[in-house]
Amino acid sequence: MIHRFTKKGVNFVLDVNSGAVHVLDDTSYAVSGLVDEAMPAECPQSVIDALPDTDPQAVREAYAELYDLKENGQLFAKDDYIDVSKYVPVGAPVKALCLHVAHDCNLRCKYCFASTGDFGQGRKIMPPEIAKKAIDFVIARSGARRNIEVDFFGGEPLMAWDTVTQTVDYARSIEAEHGKKFRFTITTNGLLLDADKQKYINENMDNVVLSLDGRPSVNDEFRKTVNGGGSYDVIVPKFKALVDARDKGKDYYARGTFTSHNLDFANDVLHIAEAGFDRLSVEPVTADPDSGYDLTEADLDKICAEYDRLTDIMEEKKREGNCFSFFHFMVDLNQGPCVIKRLRGCGAGYEYVAVTPDGDVYPCHQFVGKEEFKQGSVLDNTLDLDIAQKFAGMNIYSRPKCQICWAKFYCSGGCSAANYNMNGDMNDSYDLGCEMERKRLECAIYLKAVEHFCAN
Amino acid sequence: MKHITTLTSATLKQSAAKGGCGECQTSCQSACKTSCTVANQTCEQAK
Repeated sequence: MIHRFTKKGVNFVLDVNSGAVHVLDDTSYAVSGLVDEAMPAECPQSVIDALPDTDPQAVREAYAELYDLKENGQLFAKDDYIDVSKYVPVGAPVKALCLHVAHDCNLRCKYCFASTGDFGQGRKIMPPEIAKKAIDFVIARSGARRNIEVDFFGGEPLMAWDTVTQTVDYARSIEAEHGKKFRFTITTNGLLLDADKQKYINENMDNVVLSLDGRPSVNDEFRKTVNGGGSYDVIVPKFKALVDARDKGKDYYARGTFTSHNLDFANDVLHIAEAGFDRLSVEPVTADPDSGYDLTEADLDKICAEYDRLTDIMEEKKREGNCFSFFHFMVDLNQGPCVIKRLRGCGAGYEYVAVTPDGDVYPCHQFVGKEEFKQGSVLDNTLDLDIAQKFAGMNIYSRPKCQICWAKFYCSGGCSAANYNMNGDMNDSYDLGCEMERKRLECAIYLKAVEHFCAN
Repeated sequence: MKHITTLTSATLKQSAAKGGCGECQTSCQSACKTSCTVANQTCEQAK
């Protein structure tokens, strides 16, 4: 399977099963549209005849290059090297926790998938003892995995600060004896950030995700305080101070959400970048249909055009020397994840689970509150292996729409929660999400090509 | 090659041979939390 596309005059052929990405001149691109996996070694006359305005010698040369790529396993490669049954994990170790230390929030964001913080389960703070049980749970279930990730999530995790610090201290105190290395992330709305918390986060968190939607009017339309006021003016100075003081080698993201109310979201990306944040992510909203701000197929053309405009902006900013990274335009064409990870995806439900303030375990943060997905508890170290295996068995080969999609090894089958929420079936891919993902990938690969040709 | 430039330096098939260690970052932990992209993750063995 190949995918051909042209962006801003640059021609691409992606070879899906090998992961090869080729940039082609106009002649070879035209030839690539006339051949398939059965292409013979010699250029057929029919190919030459199909391109009457092109020098036949150039057509033969281009054909020969394409044939060489095919022979080298970089064009029309088969996926017969992938043994799915071998790669479906059985009894896989748990290696990542989304620790819901607070099912409470001090903002009332209108689009919150967590029902303004409590996930429909009542407002609660996770006691430190339960958080420590969660650390014991992941250590006990992580097998030979050394690296363990814990994301302090909510609600708003700064409302559970004592739990956060006690959890970090506890994990650090026992990680060496168990041969583990904990990596912490915190996702915050910033309201409660102060100098002490900023210092602690910068010293102890490997990654910090700072929630900010973009321009003040856009941010404040959805990200409101309990009193209904805007949050932008309070949070941005705090976020900026944190990022300015942060070790440049440590990760962070300014992370926003766009809705149908700001389909010109490239302006929000640009606003965040110009506010001094160089690692950012602005992502499509997860919303119920008819919420009034959900994204629909009718928005798709505008969204795609906006991703194109964002690509132009990023290209220009890079040329000016003011580049920033956009999470969904990041792609590693050289040493990215192995194909085994690429076919499995996020690991929700077996490698990665969410833990509520009561210690209940769910496949991920987006399944919290859906009782049929409750998997166990950290209090008695239980995990429903039937549910875990159901999640472990889902991959790009179990999802019908993925099997014919060129982007499958980049997105790894998408989000089970999105599929479930939109289509009622975790294996039935959420079409709009797929369309946006494919568009973002084309933009990402184009930017990689620009980077390549600028460097060479 | 005169007409074609290949941007990738390795194939997915090569990654299958030594992959699957499971030590890499869980994709949803990085920034997204609502949408999946795995190809932007870093291989732990390449660090």
